[in-house]
This record gives sequence, structure tokens and C-alpha cells, in this order.
Amino acid sequence: MAASDDGRIVSPPTDAATPPALEVIGIEKWFGTVHANSNVSVRVAPGTIHGVIGENGAGKSTLMSVVYGYYQADSGEIRVNGEAINIKSPQHAISHGIGMVHQHFMLVDTFTVLENIVLGAENGRLLAPSLATARDELERLERDYNLEVDPEAIVGALPVGVQQRVEILKALYRGADILILDEPTGVLTPQEVDHLFRILAALREQGKTIILITHKLREIMALTDEVTVMRGGEVITQVKTAETTREDLAAMMVGRTVLLRVAKGDAHPGEALLEVESLSVVDRTGITRVKDVSFSMRAGEILGIAGVAGNGQSELLEALAGIFPIQSGHIRIKGEEISSRTAEASRKLRAAGVAHVPEDRQRMGLVTSFEANESGILGYHRNEKYNGRVLMDYRATIADVGRQMEEYDVRPPLPRLRTGAFSGGNQQKIVLGREMDRDPDILLVGQPTRGVDIGAIEFIHRRLVEMRDHGKAVLLVSVELDEIMSLSDRILVMFNGEIVGEVVANQANEQTLGLMMAGERQPKRTAANS
Amino acid sequence: MKGLGAPIEAPRWVTHLLVPAINLALALIMSGLLILALGEDPFQAISILAYGAFGYPEAIGYTLYYTTNFIFTGLAVAMAFHCYLFNIGGEGQAYLGGLGAGLIALAIGHWPAPIVIIIAIMAAALFGGIWGFIPGWLQAKRGSHIVITTIMFNFIAAILMTYLMVEILIEPGQQAAESRDFESGAFLPRIHDILALIGIDAGHSALNLSFVLAILCSVGFWFFVWRTRWGYEIRTVGQNESAGIYGGILPSRAIIVAMCISGALAGLVGVNEILGVHHRLLLEFTAGYGFVGIAVALMGRNHPFGIFFAALLFGALYQGGNDLAFDMPSIRREMVVVIQGLVILFSGALENMFRPRIEALFVRRAQAATAAE
Repeated sequence: MAASDDGRIVSPPTDAATPPALEVIGIEKWFGTVHANSNVSVRVAPGTIHGVIGENGAGKSTLMSVVYGYYQADSGEIRVNGEAINIKSPQHAISHGIGMVHQHFMLVDTFTVLENIVLGAENGRLLAPSLATARDELERLERDYNLEVDPEAIVGALPVGVQQRVEILKALYRGADILILDEPTGVLTPQEVDHLFRILAALREQGKTIILITHKLREIMALTDEVTVMRGGEVITQVKTAETTREDLAAMMVGRTVLLRVAKGDAHPGEALLEVESLSVVDRTGITRVKDVSFSMRAGEILGIAGVAGNGQSELLEALAGIFPIQSGHIRIKGEEISSRTAEASRKLRAAGVAHVPEDRQRMGLVTSFEANESGILGYHRNEKYNGRVLMDYRATIADVGRQMEEYDVRPPLPRLRTGAFSGGNQQKIVLGREMDRDPDILLVGQPTRGVDIGAIEFIHRRLVEMRDHGKAVLLVSVELDEIMSLSDRILVMFNGEIVGEVVANQANEQTLGLMMAGERQPKRTAANS
Repeated sequence: MKGLGAPIEAPRWVTHLLVPAINLALALIMSGLLILALGEDPFQAISILAYGAFGYPEAIGYTLYYTTNFIFTGLAVAMAFHCYLFNIGGEGQAYLGGLGAGLIALAIGHWPAPIVIIIAIMAAALFGGIWGFIPGWLQAKRGSHIVITTIMFNFIAAILMTYLMVEILIEPGQQAAESRDFESGAFLPRIHDILALIGIDAGHSALNLSFVLAILCSVGFWFFVWRTRWGYEIRTVGQNESAGIYGGILPSRAIIVAMCISGALAGLVGVNEILGVHHRLLLEFTAGYGFVGIAVALMGRNHPFGIFFAALLFGALYQGGNDLAFDMPSIRREMVVVIQGLVILFSGALENMFRPRIEALFVRRAQAATAAE
């Protein structure tokens, strides 16, 4: 494997005469009125890494599900090594050498690595001989591909990045020559991403073909040989990665030019609106999730909380929003002490001008079975605006939520539609519209762009910066380092429940933040209250 | 724009009419086969059943009288279900509701009739509501599972009633564990008496003003669940408790409110039975209405409109089944219970057996239609 000057890993040249490892021709797939795949054709050369990029709903997951046998295409053809095949099920796909690593791992947490790998591929009724042969095979695979995994480790105890390697090993063990990875980097730290990329490059060295589904342009540029851009169920183009740029790809994905960097001026922080002092949070099982955290947030700034998922950011956010009970410490809003210990704290906080966009809109921010107008008043349903003397004012609710939906560009802007029928990005805009429309002084935002497409990301980011410019304080919790770095004015890094560092955003770089996210303390730590 | 439209769902009439109709038809076919195996003509049986339920004024009156009970218990189960609680305790709550109404009627039965009746109705709702409140409170505050506690409260209610009837409320000098008859001021007027006033002859049945109360409760149910903030809070907690907490709603309060109202609705069965029909307190007047309410709510999809028709169906089965057992000697009372059981099985427990497939069929048809455009 050789790295070129610009850091890209260069692939070995491929012979033009060999048939593509995987070719799909004219795939058509309808879901109801939605034309999920329209005349989709892609050629993937053997021994290359091929990126498939597109927004949510562009049809890339549908395409891969067709290739992997979850769905049958309405029409079209799939060829593996030049041979037309009819893939009826995932088992069938595996028998043709197609393996898949899912976004959400399909592993049994309480089994060992070895048991997970053998699961479903046991040869014989007795487990012991299968495990013995599997162990030998596994050792060979690990040697060949540089995958360091202890076969006897319990999967649930392994870090996410290693669990992902187990998934890759599972596919290789089943003889996969074509490996499909669906959004593989969403849950990884920058260091783990690097490791994954090295593994993928090694697999390519060995002649494996890799298809990488992602919406992250950086990954496409860093890793792939060729890239297919999808939009609205169609293939927009298939190009050599070296012959394109991030900006071009983004424009093709969205269908118009997009600003990849957030345009924002300098922050003009005012008085401290939110002060947190020695806050600790203990969860139901008695584990301390947030340890002695202190910071303050001022009007007119966006404060980013960076960290790998599961390091206490979620609990911190929910504690500040009055949902997660606090163990000890103080929270002051505009100088006034808020006791977050009562069950109705979230209502009181709303009244005090704190709005909260929760991390998981479907679990917490919305009720998917409700009509959009009902979800659009959650938390504000006692507001006079929506209530008559006894009955709720249904018309006022529909009118008001309809207006919010127009203002926040929810598509379609139909308040009578079921919440769950909206796409992820539009559900998020319903939540944002509801929370921002109250003109709060403090906005707590968790993962504002998770599962949201590029066009909507741009819109959401612009709105957050606008709030800041209007003198509001925005607390941003995100596992997307890019998002934290481009939006925040100040960044706190959390690891294992503690704040391990604080950086001024325009001086931050990915390496130092990545190290802090992995638990390395800032060498000379500035005072938590700046 | 692509990908933004609502996913295609089966038309509402398929979900709400066709599927229940198919389930019902299957239950009747199974019943028909059983009747055939007993050596009787299933078509004749069906026609006797239908005539017995709707064929003459008294039949209609009795059908609607049973329907009244099923509306109350169906609404009760549905109310709890909107908070994602499975209230199996309708039977006990109905029992207590009857006790409440009866105690008022015994105590102040000599007062002016409208006052007695209004207070007795409120007492029925209150007693039933308390019998729903306790399991609700235990669920909300102690985490005791509502299914377990409501079942146990059915037994407690039965034992409590037996004790009260045998030891305290029994009419002195009587053998049967029944109270003395109420003064006529505590009688809920019968519908046939009211219709007779305007010159309509509706025969003579147990149907009384409780039926009107049941309809009023159905309307009130709809407004409460879909048009008040309490209903909103109950539905939010029922659908997504985390979203409820996020929205500043106390799940424990929503659970308790839902169970109180659920119990109160079930308690109104006591109004129909005690004030409307028996005019004295007695044992076992609830006769399984509370349990059938579960099937009614399931079949009626927790909506008062659906519950009305499901209740009417069960009312017809009860009343028509009585005639069937009477007219066809080889079909005993037990066979009628079997038929009711089959309806519950197919429309309740097996509700999801055919629904996905039938709905998928219509979704595919709709897809084909849109694809062809």
C-alpha cells in the first residue's frame, strides 16, 4: 500500500479487460409512489474501493438492499464477475461472495468473537469442531488483513471499532469477495476511522472489492477509487475520485451548490446565561455518567460539547433540560438556581426560556404516531395559544404548527400528516421549528443533523448561527466533529463523564480534539469557566 | 419531490371495515361447522340468532341493553389502552360501580328521583374509579404491573361483594344474598316506557336510559381523548413515555388519570344493571361484561365509533344466543358461549393474523395503480 503526497491511498491499477466485480444494470424499485431506484446502473471494478454517496432517501440503501437480497428489484439485472445472477436472499448473496457490514451491528453481545463469527455458518451439529476450524480460519484472516481481534473476547465488552472488525471478519469468513459497508464511520472516533481505512486499504491490496456507502464527502475523497453519486433514486454520475472535488460531489448530491463551511462572523458573547457548577449525574444502575462538570455559557455564543458517543454528553444535555435527575451540583439560568430534581423540571425550564432539541427525535422529541400538529406542540401543549377553556383549540394548533412548518421548510408542510411519515430531516425540522419558534434565550441542541440530508443540514446550521447572532446561547452536543468544529465558538471535550479539555474553536484541530476524545487530557488545561 | 410523500397505507375502510368483517365471517364459518357437527342446520341457526337479536321490538331492546354494558366496558378498556395500559379489571370495577349506585339507592332512595339517580350515577363512577385508581397508583408509583393488579382486584371485588351481601346488605329474613328492593325513585326509566308516552309500542325490555348515558359517554370519550390536554397527555405517555417526560408530562399522573376514568366507565355498568334492571343489590350481576369489554375495545380499535359497533355485535350475540339456545334444543347455552368465544378469538386475539396480508394486498394494488400513472 502506498500513500501519495496528498495523503490519499492509491489503488493498484485495474485491468480494463476484466469484467466488473459487481455490475447492476437498469435497476428499478418502487415503494408505493416512491420511485426508490430509477434505472440505476453502476459498475464496480474488481479490487477497488467504490463509494456510493447521496443524501438520505437518494436510494443508495435501497440499491444495496437489492444487491444483498433484502429486496427484489422490480426490474434490472445484477452481474457478479460478468455473470448475471438473481439474488433472492442475503444467504444467496453470501453464496455469490457478497458480504455486508451493517450500520447497526448484527452481533450477539454475550457471545465471544469466535461464536459470533461461526453463528449461522456452523458446519455440523456439534459446535466444538466448527469452532476449531473457525479458529484456524480466523487466525489466517486476521494475519492476512491486519485485523487485530481476540477470538475469545466477549463481543459486548469490545469497543465499537473492534465490534465493526468482527462484522468484517464475519463477512470474510463466509467467503465475501465483495464487501458492502453501510455508513461504517458513524459511531467511530477519528482514530478508529483511520484504523478502519487502513483495514479497507489492506483488503483492497488482497484483491477484495469494497463498496462504501456514506454521506461523508471527506471519506469518499480519502479512500475511494471511484464514486457513484445518487440523487432522487437515480445515478447522477459515476466518476474517478481523483477527477472530482468535494464541492462538485456535494453539488451533484444536492442538485445545487451548497456551502460546506458554515458562514458565520465572530461571536460577541454577552453575559453568562447558563452556569453549571460541579454537576454530577448518576444513572439508574448507579453508574456516574457526568462527573463534577463545571462551565458557563454566555449569550451570543455557540458552545460545542465534543466526545465519542456514550461519554456523558447525552446525560449532561438531559440533565440541563430537566429530564435526567442530577445527583449534585448547581445549574443557574440567568443567575437563578434551577433545581432539576423535580419531575416537572422540563416544564419549568421551558417557562424560563430554555428550549431543548433532544438527541433522538423519534425516542423523545416527537410522537411518531401523532399528527404533525400534535407533535408540533409537545411540551407547549398547555400554552394558552392552543387551549380553550376546556377543549384544546385544534384549529389554532393546526394553523400555528402549519406556519412553523412553512417557516422551517418542512416538506410537505402538512400539519395533518402523521409525524412518522416525514423523512428524518423533516422530522428534525418539526422539532427545531417547535423549539426555536418560542424565541428561547438558551437552546440546548443534541445531534441536530443526525440522519439529516445535506440540504437540511445547511438550513439547520444557518438557523443555529442566526440564533447566536441574535444574542442567544446555544449548547451544541454532537458526535460529528466537523459539525462541532464549524459551528462552535468554544469547544468542551467530554470523556468518561468529565470535561477533559476546552478549546477555542478557531484554534482547534481534529488531531488534538481526537486525542482528547480518546481520553487524553489537555496538556495545559484552561480554567473551565472562561 | 421524491421520498417526501406519505408512505402508502391501506385505505381506511379496509382497516376499519373489511378486516373486521372478514374476521367476523371466519368466526361465523367456524361456528357454522361446529353447529353442523352437532347435526343442526347452521343457516337456520344463524337466522334464529339474527331474528332473536333484531327480529322484534323486545329483541332489539334486549340487544341494546347488552350493548350498553359492552359500550361501558369497551370504553373503559380503550381509555386505559390510550395510555398503553391493559385494564383487565373491568369486571371488578363494574362490580364496585354497582355497589356504589346501590348504596346510594338504598340510603336516599326516597329522595326526589332525578337527584337520587344523578347521585347514584356519580357514586357508580366514583366507586369504579377508585377500583381503577388503586391499580393505577400502584403501577405509577410502585411499578406493580397493571395486568396483575387489576386481575387481583377482580377477585378482591368479588370477595368484598360476597361479604357485604351475605353479612350486611342482605334483606333480613331472606335466604338469597340480595338487598331489599329500592324505592321506585331510584329506578332508571325504561326506554319502552318513554316510547309508550309518545305512542310507540316497543314491547317490554330491560333497555333503560343507561343506553343514552353510554352514548353520551362515547361522545365525551372522543372529546376527552382527542380534544383536551389531559387526553393529549395520556396519549403521549401511552405512545412514547420518553416524549412525555420531555414534554413536561408526568407519566405517573397520566397513568393514574387514565385508570380512574377507565374504572369509572366500567363502573357505569352498575348503573345499567342495578338502577336500570335489578333495582336491588345482588351478586354476580357483572356476568363477564368486563372481560368482553377487552374484545370490544380491540375490535373497535379503541375508538368510540368502532366500540359502538363492536358492542352492538356482542349485544346481538348475547341476545340472539339466548333465543338460539331456547329454540334449538341441541344447541345449549354453552354452545352460544363457544360462538362468542370464536368471535373474540378471531376479532380480538387473532386480529393480526389476516390484517397485514389483507392490507398489503391493497397497498400493492395502490402501488400498481400509481406506478401505472
